[in-house]
Amino acid sequence: MNNPSNLKYTKSHEWVEFTGESTAKIGLTDFAQESLGALVFVNLPEEGDEVTVGESMGDVESVKAVSDVYAPCSGAVTAVNEALLDAPELINESPYEAWLVELSNITDQEELLSADEYEALCEEE
Amino acid sequence: MELLFEKSIRGRSCSILPKCDVEVTTLAKNHLRQKELPLPQLSENDLSRHYSALERRTHGVNNGFYPLGSCTMKYNPKINETIAALPGFTQIHPLQPDDTVQGSLKVLHLAEKYLCEITGMDAMTFQPAAGAHGELTGIMLIKKYHEVRKDAGRKKIIVPDSAHGTNPATAVMAGMTVVNIPSGSDGCVDIEKLKEAVGEDTAGLMLTNPNTLGTFEKDILEITKIVHDVGGLVYYDGANLNAIMGVVRPGDMGFDCVHLNLHKTFSTPHGGGGPGSGAVGCKDFLTPYLPKPHIGVCDGRYNQQYDCPQSIGKVKAFNGNFLVTLRALTYIITLGSEGIADAAKNAVLNANYLMKRLGECYCIANEGICMHEFVMTLANEAKEKGITAMDIAKALLDKGIHPPTMYFPLIVHEALMVEPTETEGKEVLDEAAEVFLSIYRQAMEDPKWVHHRPTHTPIGRPDEVAAARHPVLHY
Amino acid sequence: MGSYIPSNETQRQEMLDAIGLAKIDELYSQVPSDLILTGGADIPEGKSELSVSRLMSKMAEENVVFPSVFRGAGAYRHYIPSIVNAIVSKETFVTAYTPYQAEISQGILQSIFEYQTMICQLTGMETANASVYDGATAAAEAVAMCRDRKRTKALVSAAAHPDVIETIKTYCWASDAAVELIPVKDGVTDLAALESMLDDGTACVYIQQPNYYGLLEDGEKSGEIAHGQGAKYVMGVNPIAAAILKTPAECGADIAVGEGQPLGMPLSFGGPYLGFMAANKAMTRKLPGRIVGQTKDSNDERAFVLTLQAREQHIRREKASSNICSNQALCAMTAAVYMAAMGPDGMKEAAAQSMSKAHYLASGLGKIKGFELMYKGEYFHEFVTGCPCDSDKLLKHLASKGILGGLPVSDGILWCTTEMNTKEEMDDLISLLKEVCG
Repeated sequence: MNNPSNLKYTKSHEWVEFTGESTAKIGLTDFAQESLGALVFVNLPEEGDEVTVGESMGDVESVKAVSDVYAPCSGAVTAVNEALLDAPELINESPYEAWLVELSNITDQEELLSADEYEALCEEE
Repeated sequence: MELLFEKSIRGRSCSILPKCDVEVTTLAKNHLRQKELPLPQLSENDLSRHYSALERRTHGVNNGFYPLGSCTMKYNPKINETIAALPGFTQIHPLQPDDTVQGSLKVLHLAEKYLCEITGMDAMTFQPAAGAHGELTGIMLIKKYHEVRKDAGRKKIIVPDSAHGTNPATAVMAGMTVVNIPSGSDGCVDIEKLKEAVGEDTAGLMLTNPNTLGTFEKDILEITKIVHDVGGLVYYDGANLNAIMGVVRPGDMGFDCVHLNLHKTFSTPHGGGGPGSGAVGCKDFLTPYLPKPHIGVCDGRYNQQYDCPQSIGKVKAFNGNFLVTLRALTYIITLGSEGIADAAKNAVLNANYLMKRLGECYCIANEGICMHEFVMTLANEAKEKGITAMDIAKALLDKGIHPPTMYFPLIVHEALMVEPTETEGKEVLDEAAEVFLSIYRQAMEDPKWVHHRPTHTPIGRPDEVAAARHPVLHY
Repeated sequence: MGSYIPSNETQRQEMLDAIGLAKIDELYSQVPSDLILTGGADIPEGKSELSVSRLMSKMAEENVVFPSVFRGAGAYRHYIPSIVNAIVSKETFVTAYTPYQAEISQGILQSIFEYQTMICQLTGMETANASVYDGATAAAEAVAMCRDRKRTKALVSAAAHPDVIETIKTYCWASDAAVELIPVKDGVTDLAALESMLDDGTACVYIQQPNYYGLLEDGEKSGEIAHGQGAKYVMGVNPIAAAILKTPAECGADIAVGEGQPLGMPLSFGGPYLGFMAANKAMTRKLPGRIVGQTKDSNDERAFVLTLQAREQHIRREKASSNICSNQALCAMTAAVYMAAMGPDGMKEAAAQSMSKAHYLASGLGKIKGFELMYKGEYFHEFVTGCPCDSDKLLKHLASKGILGGLPVSDGILWCTTEMNTKEEMDDLISLLKEVCG
């Protein structure tokens, strides 16, 4: 597993890329896409929506399961990766390129893990 | 195999209606559809052959053993079909005056009477069209009850994590929030966790007994008391009633309202997914809230009562799936008191016998005696050899046996839930056991073999990922 | 006692021996003993098939089957082609389970796919589901589909079927969502009132076409008004009328629903019937219930499967938008066979005749004082007339002649005709009314 070291990670298997002072891109990790299996649909929030740290901000569907995507920080949704609506398999193919949402005005954030810490967590699971 | 639309030939038709015997009325163009109606054009022979071909690609109870856990695929008696086809029942308009439908009202009245006896309830409605519909009706009764008592702050419905997905979905449809409680290691309700979960905001608990593992909740009286003590009500999901009908009554266990699946326990056929019927019974104090109309009887005459000021309203037009209720009544009358109890006992006997046989190879999740169904788990086999519940199921398809329920309940990994029902003879169980066991042995020897099953069915494994990613939902 | 248990005493004993029990009652040793019913449930003894047949047939004879039916109001007596019952009574179709195991269920899956296609053809909409319980619950589910975080109120035409209105109200009460009725003017939905009722909290507008009184609504304008204020537009349509009327798609509907009973199901004292639901592309993934999709199998052959299952309760549980599990599968097959047997011309003929006969009857009744049409608008196969005498007495008299007359409603009597009513029948009815009330 190759978890890029420039990214931060959550215990619920999201990755976070801080793109500015209070902006970030969020996606799902390789571990997540592997355990979910082939993804068939994503339900994302809308631009302008407010998300709260630790709460579900959308979900991804495989054929037989649904998994919540949790907000690693509070903020406003400024962009949503529309390409995923037609091709959710991009998350399976390149999880670290297929970002789900972009947040701004980030306030609270939960404790995020480094790539090493996250890898250790995955090994335990 | 072609679709009807692919067989369609322009100008082909069946000749059904005579010419119009009055002057033809036409509407102004702005009322009319602009696009031509593109329905297929076929002859009656075309239709006859088409559906016979579809029949050969379908698997009914008449084609073989159907041990689907939680579905109770028992034999569907043909007398039920004969009665349900009588013109005296089929040609009746739902809005005929009461004095012209005494037969149908009697059916509803008797069905209510007998099923109340069987479940230990005081009143019953047959308006809900299916189990989930019945669940919604039942939880609405509970919601109304609290509303009338000015205690509408009770918004929590407690649901064990072993519950069928309809339970939590129902609670949400009824404006409630779901509190999931984990089951104990034996699959039963964890009493301590239940005590922690109840409170002044508890509207009720939804439970099935036997539970979805096929085990009887022996602490049921304590469970219902815990909920009642905090002012909540207890709802019985009747999906598993086939294990206990005529032997134990939900009403005696402390349940306040129940739903029944007439298409499971009471032998009405599944029809490829419906129509079913989700009769809902309740204790006296909930009766005023039942959907309207109620069927009343006065001096031997039946009537439909619409003056029910506290009723939740209607959950469906008219009287529910009446012909399904009729089939269930016919069945109950056929079996009678002794037959109902006998059916339950033999359902449990068959399940325990099959569990014993399959336990020769398979890992059984149940501890001790099971009720009418049991759960096997392929968790170890999946980890060690990559053989999953899905693989076993697909291998069974080649042998003409409908696979057991897969991946339910969620608390067991790689689950296969087996419910033989009482309408299978011992020799069928023995034959089926041989098939299950030989598949297991062959799979363990050669996992690759099982991954390629089925090979003798009309189609191979379908690509469900493509179907969901790029939905093609019509021709 | 009737029994469907094949195993004889010896076989049962062998099974008990294998499990290590002496008596069958020991299987319930886990159950608290005071819960066990000694003597079974207090219901009568079982009966042989012949006895049951006699008993149930007697009950059927206590109903009155009317040779002549002029009542509709949500349940319609249409002619059912013989091929329909021949097909839907096939044992395999009747007894099969839900087609979760696609490899052995292609028959059921294909028949539903064909049904979905025909519903789309009838309504012009993009996607249809595999059916829900009936037209009333379809309307309630459609209303739920339209709700989101900001818009939760439903505006429902008071000219819709009373049971549909009641069901929508019950479902909305359960979900703590508001419902308001759009008033009726001259028998149709008051569109001016609708305009004033719409606001940014309105989720949807529900209009029935034809409405409860048989009148034609302005399907297109209602949609424009709804959309103009950002609300969704739901149309409840009669499937026979849909063969000739402007389709919900042509009226701009977001969702089309309706009662499918006229498509081959007998009156049956109210059920089982059929709720059809169809949506435009944008609303497709919000549809509740089962949906069949086309795909390929491992040999690259066309195959059908239940798809988009991640919407449903068995996967989403408390996050599902609806709890629906069972549908009305066999009734959906019935509708498909009916539509295939009638074909486009037959469907149009059934619609045209139902409508023409209604106009013939209305014209004849209108010549009797007091039986004039209550409303002026265009109508399909139902209409309301006044009643110059005691409607109760009148209907009783008709009943004594084997005629189920129209339904008494607040303004008069709601009459219905279908292709089943002959000219002779209608002339007889007119004469009778002249006699009694003229």
